[in-house]
Amino acid sequence: MATLEIKDLHVEIDGKEILKGVNLTINTNEVHAIMGPNGTGKSTLASAIMGHPKYEVTQGEVLLDGENVLEMEVDERAKAGLFLAMQYPSEISGVTNADFLRSAINARREEGDEISLMKFIRELDKTMDFLEMPEEMGQRYLNEGFSGGEKKRNEILQLMMIKPTFAILDEIDSGLDIDALKIVSKGINEMRGEGFGCLMITHYQRLLNYITPDHVHVMMQGRVVKSGGSELAQRLEAEGYEWIKKELGIEDETVGQEA
Amino acid sequence: MTVETKLALSAQEVRSFSQNNNEPAAFADFRVAALEKAAELALPKPDKTNITKWNFTEFPVHTVESAKFASLEELPEEVKAIIDIEGQENLYIQRNNTPAFIKVSEELTSKGVIFTDIETAIRDHAELVEKYFMTTAVKVDEHKLAAYHAALVNGGVFVYVPRNVIIDEPLQVVFLNDNEEASLFNHVLVVAEESSAVTYVETYVSTVEEAKGQANIIAEVIVKDNAQVTFGAVDVLAKGYTTYVNRRAHLTRDAKIDWALGLMNDSDTIAENITHLVGDGSAADTKTVVVGRGTQKQNFTTEVRHWGKNSDGQILTHGVMKEAAQSIFNGIGKIEHGATKANAEQESRVLMLSEKARGDANPILLIDEDDVTAGHAASVGRVDPTQLYYLMSRGISKAEAERLVIHGFLAPVVTNLPIEGVKKQLTEVIERKVR
Ligand SMILES: Nc1ncnc2c1ncn2[C@@H]1O[C@H](COP(=O)(O)OP(=O)(O)OP(=O)(O)O)[C@@H](O)[C@H]1O
Ligand SMILES: [Mg+2]
Repeated sequence: MATLEIKDLHVEIDGKEILKGVNLTINTNEVHAIMGPNGTGKSTLASAIMGHPKYEVTQGEVLLDGENVLEMEVDERAKAGLFLAMQYPSEISGVTNADFLRSAINARREEGDEISLMKFIRELDKTMDFLEMPEEMGQRYLNEGFSGGEKKRNEILQLMMIKPTFAILDEIDSGLDIDALKIVSKGINEMRGEGFGCLMITHYQRLLNYITPDHVHVMMQGRVVKSGGSELAQRLEAEGYEWIKKELGIEDETVGQEA
Repeated sequence: MTVETKLALSAQEVRSFSQNNNEPAAFADFRVAALEKAAELALPKPDKTNITKWNFTEFPVHTVESAKFASLEELPEEVKAIIDIEGQENLYIQRNNTPAFIKVSEELTSKGVIFTDIETAIRDHAELVEKYFMTTAVKVDEHKLAAYHAALVNGGVFVYVPRNVIIDEPLQVVFLNDNEEASLFNHVLVVAEESSAVTYVETYVSTVEEAKGQANIIAEVIVKDNAQVTFGAVDVLAKGYTTYVNRRAHLTRDAKIDWALGLMNDSDTIAENITHLVGDGSAADTKTVVVGRGTQKQNFTTEVRHWGKNSDGQILTHGVMKEAAQSIFNGIGKIEHGATKANAEQESRVLMLSEKARGDANPILLIDEDDVTAGHAASVGRVDPTQLYYLMSRGISKAEAERLVIHGFLAPVVTNLPIEGVKKQLTEVIERKVR
């Protein structure tokens, strides 16, 4: 079993404190969902864990099996087992999806032990088939001109090819039509198991109908303010966030506000 | 005021060079007249680069003798790498100033296609040469460098494609420079008659560390009604040259040209690529990529000039600047009065890899007609940190991520080169230069 521990994480952007002490522990074989209104720090948490250069960690730790990932470069974090499906994936012109994926896979392997082209193509074909992606998507430039839904599906393709230990999925469901949502969910469920833990950021119960989370957390004001089981998500879906705000005495849930 | 420039060769020397090559008397006269003009005419004025102090005229010797290649096995590795030795049917290799190898398929010859070195063309196809050589696309008296070129031409190729002849396989030309004294006054003349089609790919390879001569290169492409030309070029000339390279096309009705230019010289370079869309419905697609490094100074002008109605011009220029290299990228879309429904688009982007590098994208639209469409996008910047973050978040190292982004940025030309070996060579040159 592997563990990802987030302890008292404080994060600033351009001198403004966004995360104000996030605590969260995720084990493999668990799926966690983070919900919360807009602007409450969900993407910031994801970016800080992955090491986005704009986000400065001012306090706290992120430990992967006891090792502090905050001291690692972004690529080292990825090689240690972290993966982030981004809310807004970058477009990279001139680099084909397939070439990029092969570089990503080979980056994890020793020099001289690169994946053979045949084996790579076989796996790529199989996975694209599973995600119902047309074959030509492999030869298109990375995310360039992809529709919102195609980009999300492409993030899941990367997830399945790279097979990380922990994946953070930032709004993997937004902008997906129902068929695409089913396919993306199928991909994530396929990954579920002993060697895989997942943190899904979402606004919608709809995703959670396809991927039942083991734990649900609510973020407000740059903190996790409430945690529970999958029933918590159902209550949020039915009643919204007002009851939590009332319960905790929060007036403005965004990060600019102090509790 | 005109300033008389002292030129490296006298009229007498030019005339005897012509005679030694058994050129027609008319061509000798043409050279001598051009030499006189060269003494008086002013240098070209590339926008935003002052070249008045550049040395475009002196060189150690006008022409060097090099051994020919009896077979392709004798080629240096650098040249072998870009040729499909068995598969390439039509191939011309020039070694410095010497036509060193030529191969033309039976099929092309039987269809009346001419593919030969320029000296042979001047002798054996005098009528065609006289008709097109610096008469239509480039004029002898445009400026000093054009006239100097005309006087001193000492290499190049002539391609003539008769009416309705479609050539499927690309014609490949390699200009090998392995003598540091060599000066290259190469003239490439491509004439595609009505409804013909041809793909031409040339590569300049220097294997010398540092050159001492001049590279004054002109390519003229005449594309007649409804004909199509694809023109690929990869230039990798050594530092030490003062390089002036002018590639120009002249298109009549419904003609089309695609340019794919990988300009990778290590020399100071003035490069000019102009397409005249004279005929209605003619179209040009110009793609240029550049890498500058060291203390190189370069100026790249890409222009599409619209005279024809419904003419379409697309310009894409991507440049990478590292170390203390300096470059100006002039992109010019010019629509003349009467060219209704013309469309002029351009995109010019520069990536800077170091603090000291300088790159200037200078997009210009000159429009003298109301009923047209035009647009341009320009940017100068560094490798996008968000892109690097994205790639690194998949485990790719920073160095490899930068490499991928840069190669991607220069891919528009690489992917458009129609010969596999040349494609690979350009990728390798990029690899070497940006490292
Ligand atoms: N570069 C920045 N400079 C200043 N503030 C920023 C910057 N980037 C994000 N923020 C702020 O940080 C706060 C948290 O943003 P974050 O993207 O983490 O929210 P989120 O919970 O993911 O919201 P959403 O549900 O809309 O995706 C917001 O108030 C946002 O405006
Ligand atoms: Mg977000």
